[in-house]
Amino acid sequence: MKYVDEYRSRELVDKLCNTLHRITTDPVRVMEVCGTHTMSIFRHGLRDMLPDKVQLISGPGCPVCVTPSGVIDGFIELASRPEVTVTTFGDMIRVPGARGSLAEARAAGAKVEIVYSPMDALVLAKERPYRLVVFLSVGFETTTPTIAATVLEAERQGIDNFFIFPANKVMPPPLDALMQDPELQVDGLLCPGHVSIISGSDSFQFLVDKYGLACAVAGFEPTDILRAIVSLVRQIQGKRPTIENCYGRVVTRKGNVKARGLVEKIFTPVDCRWRGLGVIEKSGLGLRKAYEHFDATKRLNITPVESAEPKGCRCGEILKGICGPRDCPLFGRRCTPGSPVGPCMVSSEGTCAAWHRYGGLV
Amino acid sequence: MCLAIPMQVVEIKGSGDSLLNPIIAVVNADGMKKEIRLDLVDRMPEIGEYLIIHAGFAINCLDTENAEKSLQLLREIANDIEEEPGGKFT
Ligand code: SF4
Repeated sequence: MKYVDEYRSRELVDKLCNTLHRITTDPVRVMEVCGTHTMSIFRHGLRDMLPDKVQLISGPGCPVCVTPSGVIDGFIELASRPEVTVTTFGDMIRVPGARGSLAEARAAGAKVEIVYSPMDALVLAKERPYRLVVFLSVGFETTTPTIAATVLEAERQGIDNFFIFPANKVMPPPLDALMQDPELQVDGLLCPGHVSIISGSDSFQFLVDKYGLACAVAGFEPTDILRAIVSLVRQIQGKRPTIENCYGRVVTRKGNVKARGLVEKIFTPVDCRWRGLGVIEKSGLGLRKAYEHFDATKRLNITPVESAEPKGCRCGEILKGICGPRDCPLFGRRCTPGSPVGPCMVSSEGTCAAWHRYGGLV
Repeated sequence: MCLAIPMQVVEIKGSGDSLLNPIIAVVNADGMKKEIRLDLVDRMPEIGEYLIIHAGFAINCLDTENAEKSLQLLREIANDIEEEPGGKFT
């Protein structure tokens, strides 16, 4: 496929690795924020090819992993109402809440449908006017605009049996919070490429200014990631932190202004709980007053509960990069992709799942 | 979950004046045809262009000129040619 295959060239990957080995003289700790990066790094075996001095830490960038179990529980409660059909991206279906997962609720008779696009949920609502259709609205900057556009379309068409369960999150506040954590020592950040399409590479500038953090916006093919790591190593060793956009074919400095405009039109920042990280100020998005009639939690009376995280699960520390999956006593024993205990094992982009699948078991 | 992939536009359908008939792009990725919403991009793509697709929406057009330049830069880095951070093709 054009614009994909060129960036997977084995020859280029090998040469970039050689460059990286040649230039890396000091130990550097790099956090990859995005779950899609974590996955891609494993899939292409990059971890084993990097110099020992380059240490990669996975951050809190998988929307599935950071959705607190209280949200899952509230959503399952909705799913169990006879008049409601709930719709969700496939990634969320097996995430365990305090009382089981959506998949289990579905097996017990709840109407749960997997959709590829939020627009598919709207179409479903239109086709079944006698049912209340609720979409589980999760995701970061990349995904939120697609949901905003869908809500606006529902408004335009006057579809009044479509709702969302708002649980969207934004990236900068948790990164800011993480960088203030004295336990976390990182020198550089692999910035999420597809978040940046929307937010623009400038949106990470504050990390350079405030923390002297080296930043590189990276694409998801192996050469994209290696090029960004080369940039980080050079920035860190040269003591010249900046933000380099290494994904210029799709990311600009200012990002997608139109998409952000749609998000701002219907959403407003709210304080929000992250699994493992706790409540972070203005890190989530709630519907604005004018669009509150789309909010399932208000219209259908769901009281958000604060359920406890699964016992023994160390996802919280893993999401902060403080420990790795192998430090969790449940890893690979009681907790496996087939029967996950914590969210980091559920999503294919979760750190525990990636380690499990790609031989991190040793 | 934030995966987005480049797909090539093969057809533009719909008429902008009807709410029920929005303009959409038909894209092709590895022989698979998909209808894609254009609500989030600020200009109409041309046939043959590549769009970055996420959850049924185009979230940006791919900048082919930049793609060529950055491939060139990749090769330079791979061949060990020194380059300054924040360098020329960002
Ligand atoms: S292995 Fe399972 S229980 Fe342990 S931290 Fe990961 S997801 Fe949680």
